[in-house]
Amino acid sequence: MEQPPARWQDLRRFTPARVALGRAGNGLPTAAHLAFQAAHAGARDAVHAALDVAAIQAALSAAGLPSLAVHSAAPDRRTYLLRPDLGRRLRETDRTRLPPAPGATVLVVCDGLSATAVQCHAVPLLVLAAGALGHAGRAPAPIVVAEQGRVALGDEIGTVMQAEAVAVLIGERPGLSAADSLGVYLTWQPRLGRTDAERNCISNIRADGLPPEAAAAKLLWLIGAMRRLRLTGIDLKDEQPATLPG
Amino acid sequence: MALADVPLAAILSAPVVPYEADEVTRLILDTHDPAAFRPIAALTVGGFREWLLAAEPDALAALRPGLTPEIVAAVSKIMRLQDLVAVAAKCRVVTRFRGTIGLPGRLSVRLQPNHPTDDLQGVAAATLDGLLLGAGDAVIGVNPATDSVDGTIALLTMLDSVRERYAIPTQTCVLAHITTTLRAIGRGAPVDLVFQSIGGTEAVNRSFGVSLALLREAQDAALSLRRGTLGDNVMYFETGQGSALSADAHHGVDQQTLEARAYAVARAFDPLLVNTVVGFIGPEYLYDGKQITRAGLEDHFCGKLLGLPMGVDVCYTNHAEADQDDMDALLTVLGVAGVTYVMGVPGADDVMLSYQSTSFHDALYLRGALGLKPAPEFEAWLAGMGLDGSAPPERIPPALSPALIGLG
Repeated sequence: MEQPPARWQDLRRFTPARVALGRAGNGLPTAAHLAFQAAHAGARDAVHAALDVAAIQAALSAAGLPSLAVHSAAPDRRTYLLRPDLGRRLRETDRTRLPPAPGATVLVVCDGLSATAVQCHAVPLLVLAAGALGHAGRAPAPIVVAEQGRVALGDEIGTVMQAEAVAVLIGERPGLSAADSLGVYLTWQPRLGRTDAERNCISNIRADGLPPEAAAAKLLWLIGAMRRLRLTGIDLKDEQPATLPG
Repeated sequence: MALADVPLAAILSAPVVPYEADEVTRLILDTHDPAAFRPIAALTVGGFREWLLAAEPDALAALRPGLTPEIVAAVSKIMRLQDLVAVAAKCRVVTRFRGTIGLPGRLSVRLQPNHPTDDLQGVAAATLDGLLLGAGDAVIGVNPATDSVDGTIALLTMLDSVRERYAIPTQTCVLAHITTTLRAIGRGAPVDLVFQSIGGTEAVNRSFGVSLALLREAQDAALSLRRGTLGDNVMYFETGQGSALSADAHHGVDQQTLEARAYAVARAFDPLLVNTVVGFIGPEYLYDGKQITRAGLEDHFCGKLLGLPMGVDVCYTNHAEADQDDMDALLTVLGVAGVTYVMGVPGADDVMLSYQSTSFHDALYLRGALGLKPAPEFEAWLAGMGLDGSAPPERIPPALSPALIGLG
């Protein structure tokens, strides 16, 4: 006996892509059309949201972690989007405000392209990572909270603070399905002009992606490997053992 | 001196990137045909604009070997959007592999069934979704999330079996790095088209890990497989303004002129398909919908005038000042300009590359609004599958049963 024809909607269980949306003439049904517009609005809001620096600093302070707020050389979001070079440098007046922390792995948190991601996921990750870094017997350095920052802003911050390494937590470019994805970039011996090939990256940190707790464990594993090998980048492979089942 | 007053001969005699320093410049000048150039040899850039607006299609086709990308880019800079549309619409470029792409009155679609982890069933499901909505006559082409030889071979094998099970008159492609595709060919994988991103200087191509010699080697390897039934256009290139600037490989030349030079690279390899990915690079290169629109039409014009089967990935990222209205406008104008093909992504949302392109529905809209049809072989296949109407296929036709492609 022949099987009944498959339904278009059955394709949905195989992919998160927007398949089997239906059809109104050649266009989208209204529900699918409006769902797309709403997702885009959410992503745009995340790109243009301002980082609530006071809230981040208060949460860190409550966890016993000192912090310091700085700003990149990009004065506003429009300039930030048009001039990536300015987002990679500190505002002139902030260069002298950072205290030296020789030999430390400095934690930096930047709004990047999603302040929403930073607001949602950065503090739990920072608390876990800073706590473990403290246990390693290193001098505690303040966590640097930076507005209008790109990944490479950490290179200048690390240089000024004489850090051994810098870990930059940054909001990733929002997609339609996730506007709150956080990334971490770890750079050994930060200095101006470092390339992305000289960093290690952990991405897609969010509730439905890599949870902040797992991201903190991965970051600490990478920091340990970095200190053993005295480098980051393509020669430092992520070989963190997977958690054993049961 | 104003750009409009510059003689074309002066542009020809002063390469923007030195001949000695750059193999793309050498390619451009060594293949330039003075006889084909003769009809415009005495013109200025401004005079050339008028010549183009008045020219017949046959004269435009005959001119191609006499054009350099710098000449084409120069004239595009003094053209309004309607000029870019009017001249491009007179350029006819037809290519063939298992179907015929670029005929008058036709609009093809690249079916782009990407998946965040290259899940084979996920890619197959998005492929079937696109076929049900009339997409896939340009190519069924996946961007792999991970560029590995094993993963590429797995995707190639799956796509080839989908094409064979459904007997689709089209070609498939995994848009891996050219060296990955070469290894896949070496291991006997079913490679129809060789894909590669290219740019307009030797240095930017080096940053992509390619050279003219490597492109030639890959073209020869694909030709040796003799998989095309109607023709042997086996290359697929992607480009986009700003890549040379991003790679610090620009020699101080503007991004639009360098983009046109990428087309000179492409045309040396008789590609089946070329498309600019116009809005992907981000707002520091193309800030908003207005800039993306202008760039998309410049790229399409320059590519077509140089003789390429030019498609456009009409697209944007979420940090650009653009939205679906901008994409609708650019897509519509490109349709009027005779764009060879556009992208088809489920619901316009690429869940792997995290950007918005055009959807299967968008392509149906454009065909409907302008009375355009798919490639003739694909059009006949759609009719045979009962998919030539506009009714929503709530029930999938038995000949396209998901079970046939592993979606039980």
